[in-house]
Amino acid sequence: MATTTVSLGKDILGADKKERAASFAPQEKKMKLRRQLLLQLLLLFISFIVLFPILWVVSMSLDPRGLRPLTLTLIPANASLDAYAAVIDKPTNNPVGFWTLARNSLALATSVSVLSVLVGVFCAYAFSRFKFTGRQVIMLGIIIVLMLPTVASLAPLFVLLNKVQFTIGDVNFNLRNSLIGVGLAMISGALPFAIWNLKGYIDTIPKDLEEAAMIDGASANQTFFQIMLPLALPALAVTAFLGFLTGWTEFALSWQFLTNPQDFTLAMALWNMTGQYAANTPWSKFSAMAILVALPVAAVYLALQKYIVGGLTVGGVKG
Amino acid sequence: MATMTKERADSLAPPRRSNFLRTITPYLYILPALIIMTIITYYPIAYSLWMSTTNYGIKNLRVDAPLPDSVGLQNYIDILSGAVSSLIPNFNFWNTLAFNLWWTFSNVIFHVAIGIIIAVILNTQGLWFRGIYRAIFVLPIVIPTLVIGTVWRNMFDADYGAINQVLAAFGGIFGMPEAAFHIRWIDQVDPPIPFIPLPLAYYALLITNIWLGWPFMTIVASGALQSINKEYYEAASMDGASPVRQFFSITLPLLRPAMVPAAMYGMIVTFNLFNLVYFITGGGPLRQTEILVTTAFNLVNAQRLYGLAAAFSVFIMIILIIITVGTNRISRATESYDV
Repeated sequence: MATTTVSLGKDILGADKKERAASFAPQEKKMKLRRQLLLQLLLLFISFIVLFPILWVVSMSLDPRGLRPLTLTLIPANASLDAYAAVIDKPTNNPVGFWTLARNSLALATSVSVLSVLVGVFCAYAFSRFKFTGRQVIMLGIIIVLMLPTVASLAPLFVLLNKVQFTIGDVNFNLRNSLIGVGLAMISGALPFAIWNLKGYIDTIPKDLEEAAMIDGASANQTFFQIMLPLALPALAVTAFLGFLTGWTEFALSWQFLTNPQDFTLAMALWNMTGQYAANTPWSKFSAMAILVALPVAAVYLALQKYIVGGLTVGGVKG
Repeated sequence: MATMTKERADSLAPPRRSNFLRTITPYLYILPALIIMTIITYYPIAYSLWMSTTNYGIKNLRVDAPLPDSVGLQNYIDILSGAVSSLIPNFNFWNTLAFNLWWTFSNVIFHVAIGIIIAVILNTQGLWFRGIYRAIFVLPIVIPTLVIGTVWRNMFDADYGAINQVLAAFGGIFGMPEAAFHIRWIDQVDPPIPFIPLPLAYYALLITNIWLGWPFMTIVASGALQSINKEYYEAASMDGASPVRQFFSITLPLLRPAMVPAAMYGMIVTFNLFNLVYFITGGGPLRQTEILVTTAFNLVNAQRLYGLAAAFSVFIMIILIIITVGTNRISRATESYDV
């Protein structure tokens, strides 16, 4: 008897709880389900818009039909990787192969990124951690060129680099007309960016560890190499990657400076396959090229994305 | 024993020398960067100031060529007064500047508004597939603008482009003929909206750049949303504030400290967005969608007017300094808002 009452009591209590919960839940759930579906519909639509160009270019790259597509297809009939093979075999009408283009882009991007980070991190550390006479003025000087896109300095860079010419034997070297010249011109913009971006990151690293090291008698150099550099490693990686990205996709300078097809880059070849220059380039080939240019950097960006986006606004605008 | 000696040596080190070291250390750290930047950044800028007062042209490029003639401020005057248009058809500095400012402004407004709305939607409690959407929405950021520009250029193609094909497919549902969607996105000169003097190419660029730009703002806004205390919303809904009211009275003000610097960053990026404009419209039709950096490129690339281009770059520099100082002011002014 007693047990029944107790269990009954429990039951009532339980029912009561359930009922109370129920009096909230169904309403909320109904509201939520309708809202949920509405939001899902909206988000699906946005996803479609975001994915559309990507799907289009992938589908196009697999499309074996002639020069231009007349209809939209997601997976084209007789899909094949022929376009990729064709691009790697002979990307444009210029006498230069895909791997030469890729090697040039890689060399340009790597050296710009490594050099600007290597030199930039010392300068960034000084701005972030030392107080010294002239600091404000020098920082201002860097901010000013930071905002100036390299395209705007195209004319003086072209003229100045063009002055460095010499002849060894029968080889005439013109710094302007070489990948080294393009790299130098790019570093003129990439270095201020690297300094500023790294300074933004280093500013956010607490000083405690360095101060502890200083108290233990470490010199400024020891603190920098043994404490700061390891802590700043993610920032160095991100900044190096952003520098790499600029080099990998650089167009204006190399297009303007370089005349020898053996020095051309992937970005230049991609533009050669677009629009007015590309009346005879099948879009399948163009699309394959676009994917080959984008894929390596997009994959790395995706992996580093979390660190990059936060850092850009910190390093980019906050002084 | 060894540590002892070292400690003693440290404490006995003459203070003057360590002071001197401490004073020059910062300069040693910035020296490599300063040397490199002096040679390849500042010297070219200074050189371009001189070039801008000359008629530097293709004839002066040879190594042993004579120096160009000084023309004083003529290049600057020609740019501002429009006298350059005798050399370069349709060149108009003020139109380009106005378009560039409007281009920046209209884009960033869309980026921030769409970015915040979608961040709020993604932040809704109990939303399904949140992670999948986040992963999809980040894609426009990670693709290089060079590739985005060239791909959209082809998508806007009047004859074979995907945009017209999609529009025709939708139009077909309503029985509209396919020919109605032969839209010449890139080269139609007449403005599509009669009283707004912007060519169709502007809208093509705008569509592309909205596609490209909002996810960055969504990521920034998402981060800021997660740091907003939920109690504000609970208190507000107890007081009977509607979700819309809550959005405008709680969410927006608390997002401001994060969104203002992001918007300023977006403005500077959009202002100089060479890759998109050059690859999609090339500044056309009739230079109506030209922005300052594409004009600077064309002055060198197509016209080979180095002196004039240098003067033009000086204008770009002045305008960018004004914008940078302005945006920094705005960012700073809102910084105190930070909790």
